[in-house]
Amino acid sequence: MTATTVDGAPVSAAAGPRAVRTVTWKTVTVLAVVLALYALLLLLAPHEGAARFRLSTDRDLFVLPTLELPALTTAWVCAAVALAVVGLAVARTRGGRRVPVWATALYAAALLVGFLAWAAAGSPRDLSVVGLLSGAVVLCVPIVYGALGGVIGERAGVVNIAIEGQLLAGAFTAAVVGSLTDSPWAGLLAAVLASTLVALVLGMFAITYKVNQVIVGVVLNVLVIGLTSFLYSQVLVPGAETLNSTTRFARIPVPFLERIPLVGPVLFNQTIVVYLMFVMVAVVWFALYRTRWGLRVRAVGEHPKAADTVGIDVVRTRYRAVLTAGAVAGLGGAFYTVVSINQFNREMTAGAGFIALAAVIFGKWDPVRAALAGLLFGFATNLQNVLSVVGSPVPSQFMLMLPYVVTLLAVAGLVGRSRAPAADGVPYTKE
Amino acid sequence: MSAQTPGPRGPENPLDEALETADPAAEPGLVEELEQERARERADLAEDTGDRWRDAMRHVVSGGWVVSVGAIVLAVLAGSVMIVLTDERVQETAGYFFARPTDMLAAAGDAVGGAYSALFRGAVYNYQADTFAAAIRPLTQTLTNAAPLVAAGLGVALAFRAGLFNIGGQGQMLMAATAAGWIGFGVTGLPFPLHLLLALVAGVLAGGLWAGIAGFLKARTGAHEVIVTIMLNYVAFYLVSYLLATPGLLQAPGSANPKTPPMRESAILPPLLGGQFPLHWGFVLSLLAVALVWWLLNRSSLGFAFRAVGENPKAARVAGIDVPRTTVSVMLVAGALVGLAGVQQVLGTVTTGFSSDIDAGIGFDAITVALLGGSNPWGVLAAGTLFGGFKAGGSAMQAAEGIPIEIVLVVQSLIVLFIAAPPLVRAIFRLPQPATRRRRTPPVRSTATTTEGQA
Repeated sequence: MTATTVDGAPVSAAAGPRAVRTVTWKTVTVLAVVLALYALLLLLAPHEGAARFRLSTDRDLFVLPTLELPALTTAWVCAAVALAVVGLAVARTRGGRRVPVWATALYAAALLVGFLAWAAAGSPRDLSVVGLLSGAVVLCVPIVYGALGGVIGERAGVVNIAIEGQLLAGAFTAAVVGSLTDSPWAGLLAAVLASTLVALVLGMFAITYKVNQVIVGVVLNVLVIGLTSFLYSQVLVPGAETLNSTTRFARIPVPFLERIPLVGPVLFNQTIVVYLMFVMVAVVWFALYRTRWGLRVRAVGEHPKAADTVGIDVVRTRYRAVLTAGAVAGLGGAFYTVVSINQFNREMTAGAGFIALAAVIFGKWDPVRAALAGLLFGFATNLQNVLSVVGSPVPSQFMLMLPYVVTLLAVAGLVGRSRAPAADGVPYTKE
Repeated sequence: MSAQTPGPRGPENPLDEALETADPAAEPGLVEELEQERARERADLAEDTGDRWRDAMRHVVSGGWVVSVGAIVLAVLAGSVMIVLTDERVQETAGYFFARPTDMLAAAGDAVGGAYSALFRGAVYNYQADTFAAAIRPLTQTLTNAAPLVAAGLGVALAFRAGLFNIGGQGQMLMAATAAGWIGFGVTGLPFPLHLLLALVAGVLAGGLWAGIAGFLKARTGAHEVIVTIMLNYVAFYLVSYLLATPGLLQAPGSANPKTPPMRESAILPPLLGGQFPLHWGFVLSLLAVALVWWLLNRSSLGFAFRAVGENPKAARVAGIDVPRTTVSVMLVAGALVGLAGVQQVLGTVTTGFSSDIDAGIGFDAITVALLGGSNPWGVLAAGTLFGGFKAGGSAMQAAEGIPIEIVLVVQSLIVLFIAAPPLVRAIFRLPQPATRRRRTPPVRSTATTTEGQA
């Protein structure tokens, strides 16, 4: 024993390399708590009967059979699977290793299937899985576009609280221009321009006048809400026929692909705006990580002084990023009035911009992850819609709460600390 | 005059503050250095040209209040343009503008004049009223509106000072209103001040605890407070909707509407100036809250910890401040202040029972109030009163002139926007820009998404 002792206490532990724990128990805690709540739900409100999941639509190439599962058995089997995942998570965490992503995904899928089986048990109607998934894809569109815009802006170092305002401005202009010209394409273009205009104001105040970016964002939201609501009641309501009834984009089924069961109707029978969303996620990812422009944007967002030193024009790069971000968010705004319904209503975005902001942070400022966060949100929202059709025993208010609770749990338990780009929100002053 | 931007930071000169707090024994040389720096700054300001009158003039026009007045003028002008463009008579007369331009100009003048005089009559003093009491009633309405705006604005401002962005005003107000309202109509047999006090405390506690969830999650798991407070808004909204729609919980017995029964007499905030005016004791509570927050921020060690964490969490940690604990306490106090706004709504303004829109958008307006007030308690009081006046005047304008109240939102947001960018206002009015000095402090980091976890 070569370790010296001080006052008789062995210090050998301190002599070795210090073990640094990077894994916390919070994931395990959240997984266990949610599972316990789920089990409690099954125990307190058991639901006899069979749950029927319809997997096919009439147009499919071949018909998948309608799944008929005994509800309670399925729910408890799913609980057992989830329990196994929790056990694995405990073992991994104890060993100082992270809980693998596939395990978390398995856990979420198990609980989801179990919950659906429980909720749909004994219902006279089938639960349409296609409807659940395709609705989720549609509902997430404005959130994903908004989040992509947010990611681009914040990667360049400009915090964008004004996503809500950009979506709303886009929706309003798309409604007016789309109605006047009777062309959804014109509406889409107008939405992009209007949202870019909001972004220009954001850029002007945040980059040129170096105003605190949170202030500008919050105030721009109020400004756009005020402007659109004012113009709505003063102009659009009296002239609703000519100014506020758009032609919507038609669905464009992709030949053959749309007839693949399950996948086809969900992914390949949508409007052009939805297809564009998938393309846009890939484009933004590629642009940010694989192009010179993206490298510059990220450099300007992380360390503007260094970027300036090597000859990147910080102000111009930031302006370009903010305007691009505005254009992308505008596509999401157009969704409301030329895809979803055919007219504008007061404050019709209803906080989607803030959800997009949450998706940006949830997705750790990465376009793909932010889009997935948006998709999760759309899914949870649509789950509520679908279950209310089936006739779920849960009070509707709690189902409506679900997306937000899921996000809270995910943020607290799985994501944790999210680190913004280093210069996010800091105006750049050249010295 | 070092910072005209009403940011999450206070408007005090950081140098003065540093001087006050510097301990000469602990850091020899620091005080001298700070004093030299301040002297240099003063010298910069006092570079005079010799002509006394011109100097005086320049000091006046480059001062902060000229920018504020300019910002209000610009915002009001923008509002006028909107009124003129959407007024029907103006549109009619514009059809023959070149034949008789005076018609259109008169119509435009009427529209704008009518709108703003209605705004004034609704917010400050109704000179068309018969009695003095009726004439002054709008002012008391303004103060009634201001009370919850000030309280909630303080909650947002306090969080700003600690580097946290509290967008959760809506949820905190709803939870506070629910708790206070439940005590207010559900508890029987308690005498007047006790019942009111109990409801008040319950509401403030509920608001604080609801915001405390965000603080706790941020401190323990690093979850971003912006996400958490937004999500908690929705959770609170649907929770309250459920309680309101379920008989036996909050719903008034024998009613199918999602609305509570009216509050009991013993739990209502009494009127401040007699029954003929809407103003109630909630306004006094807001004034007390302003004083309390001022004391907390500037005279207490807890407030010092709040500000230290807001300025630089890492330095605060090195200085021995428990950052996670401070985060939780900031959110608790901020939520309690926002909760006070919720309590004032149910026990003072809308005592006939409430529904899930009791927050009346105050939780979000509070953000603008806090920003306009520079996150400083007295500034919040002024900004809240201004916005309360806009709210009162806006409804009067809508009733009298048929102009949608949303125009008030436009004018309010433009005021904040212009005040936040003094160079822009000066450029528009061709006022001289103040001498540019080199920046001593690094630019204010945005509080929203940049506050990293307390790693």
